[in-house]
Amino acid sequence: MTLAGSPRLDFERRLIEAQEQIDELVASAERSGFDVSEELNELKKKLNDLKESTYQNLTPMEQVQVARHPDRPYTLDYIERIFTNWIELHGDRTFRDDEAIVGGWAALGGTSVMVIGHQKGRHIKENLRRNFGMAHPEGYRKALRLMQQAEKFGRAVITFIDTPGAYPGLGSEERGIAQAIAVNLREMARLKVPLVSVIIGEGGSGGALGIGVTDRILIMEHAVYSVISPEGCAAILWHSRDFKEEAAAALKITSKDLLALGVADEIIAEPPGGAHSDWDAAAASVKEALERTVSELGRVKTDRLRKTRWAKYEAMGVWGESAPETPPDAS
Amino acid sequence: MAWFRKDKKPLKSEDRRDLPPDVFDKCKGCGEILYAEKLAQNLQVCPSCGHHFRLPAERYVEILLDEGSFEEIDEGLHSEDPLQFNDLKPYKERLTAAEEKVGRRSAVLAGTGTLESLGVILAVMDFRFIGGSMGSAVGEKIARAGRTALDRKEPLIIVSASGGARMQEGIYSLMQMAKTSTVLAALHEAGLPYISLITDPTTGGVTASHAMLGDVNLAEPGALIGFAGPRVITETIGQELPDGFQRAEFLLKHGMIDRVVDRRELKTTLGVLLRHMIA
Repeated sequence: MTLAGSPRLDFERRLIEAQEQIDELVASAERSGFDVSEELNELKKKLNDLKESTYQNLTPMEQVQVARHPDRPYTLDYIERIFTNWIELHGDRTFRDDEAIVGGWAALGGTSVMVIGHQKGRHIKENLRRNFGMAHPEGYRKALRLMQQAEKFGRAVITFIDTPGAYPGLGSEERGIAQAIAVNLREMARLKVPLVSVIIGEGGSGGALGIGVTDRILIMEHAVYSVISPEGCAAILWHSRDFKEEAAAALKITSKDLLALGVADEIIAEPPGGAHSDWDAAAASVKEALERTVSELGRVKTDRLRKTRWAKYEAMGVWGESAPETPPDAS
Repeated sequence: MAWFRKDKKPLKSEDRRDLPPDVFDKCKGCGEILYAEKLAQNLQVCPSCGHHFRLPAERYVEILLDEGSFEEIDEGLHSEDPLQFNDLKPYKERLTAAEEKVGRRSAVLAGTGTLESLGVILAVMDFRFIGGSMGSAVGEKIARAGRTALDRKEPLIIVSASGGARMQEGIYSLMQMAKTSTVLAALHEAGLPYISLITDPTTGGVTASHAMLGDVNLAEPGALIGFAGPRVITETIGQELPDGFQRAEFLLKHGMIDRVVDRRELKTTLGVLLRHMIA
């Protein structure tokens, strides 16, 4: 995946123009036989600098766009590059197989782990099958079934988070999407094996959290994690979707924000130009972080692992406490 | 009936509910004009159609617990503004306004008490406080109610009413779902009963966490209960929603709740259940 030929986002246009300049130079050099390596190197360096400066200065809403980038690697792309012996398992044993969430056994280095993740589609046809990564209740129930299987065999669980949210539809409500997510939250808290999640793209609210109650939360540099989409938040609080930029900034959803707020434990750096410009490099960074994290958690005793996990979630948030009679303070 | 219409100013139903008890109240279910006093005696259930009016949190304490047994806990727990959130109105201002309106420091009223002489922990969400939305203070208060239940080895009852997440607290709001569920996991492992009573309306993150995790899930008649709000679903699927969709009776039919219970029978029902479980 390169940027050339895919002008998907506004701020990518300059990068694509620079890439086109390089392509043109190469083409003309081939025609004329002149040595242009010096100019070429300069242009390449310029492009790299441009990529870096562009991607280091994205606004929160631009981060959201990158997180949703259609060329970004998805769960199966990472699985293919990080693990060996991947074998996918299907179905919730109750209703059907929800292909918006995939899961199965895989080996990380020499260790077997259960891998579960939201799966988006890259084309219309695939997206119909994957429902744009928006799972129904049976997706969450499949995920839980697989996590409990991992627990049975004492293996760690790794989840990849990348969803706009759980699917808001008739069947989803009828079959208890809220119940499915709620049970996952409670049961993930209880699991006796290490749990690691990686937010690789869009961390969309309850649909993300439904496979995201974990000992460690890793987040890709350009991924986002939010209680509501900026568009949805703008529609409710600003009464118009046009205020999505403001909402994206106010919600504090970038990887840096999440690290600062103590929700994410680690930011995984992306290659210059974002994960979509170099899937292999992005996957290599994720692999390194996962190997380190899983092996670290593997050394923690089960009791301590769960206690630490519970303490972490019980401490989440910021609240105040005052004597009952005190009037609201204005600090 | 023209003389009724004559003096009537167009009052918004929201405003109406916040007024001190008036002489009359109009039933939203059947349109019947009701004596406010009689309605109150009937626990705000319409005597002619059975419509359940929404209640402020303290009324559930009166309805469910033995008189004089309630002792409030964590009364001073309140929201902060960790993100310094500012939309059309600063979050701080919204909080102050809600605290003044409801007379409480958060959207949850919690405490210990007895129900038919059984010791219980009760936490009640109040929809009037920023739509009963769950921010850090709400999550923490519910979690503490759970921890109190653990300490005292007593059953936990949570009455839910919520529009979902407190957006102004961003990701912390989402994390409260994990927090309340974690405490419920501990309660579950300790073998203590947790009964969830779901009232109108309960949607979003609250439904997708503690509201659906009861050993027994009960709901009041006609209560709107769902994950996504009806408007979001209509927009997503582009078609009208069937009658009764996401109402308590719909959830009963689809197996998501155990019983739909008339408010006037709540206390007895809870008593029967709890005695089966622990007494």
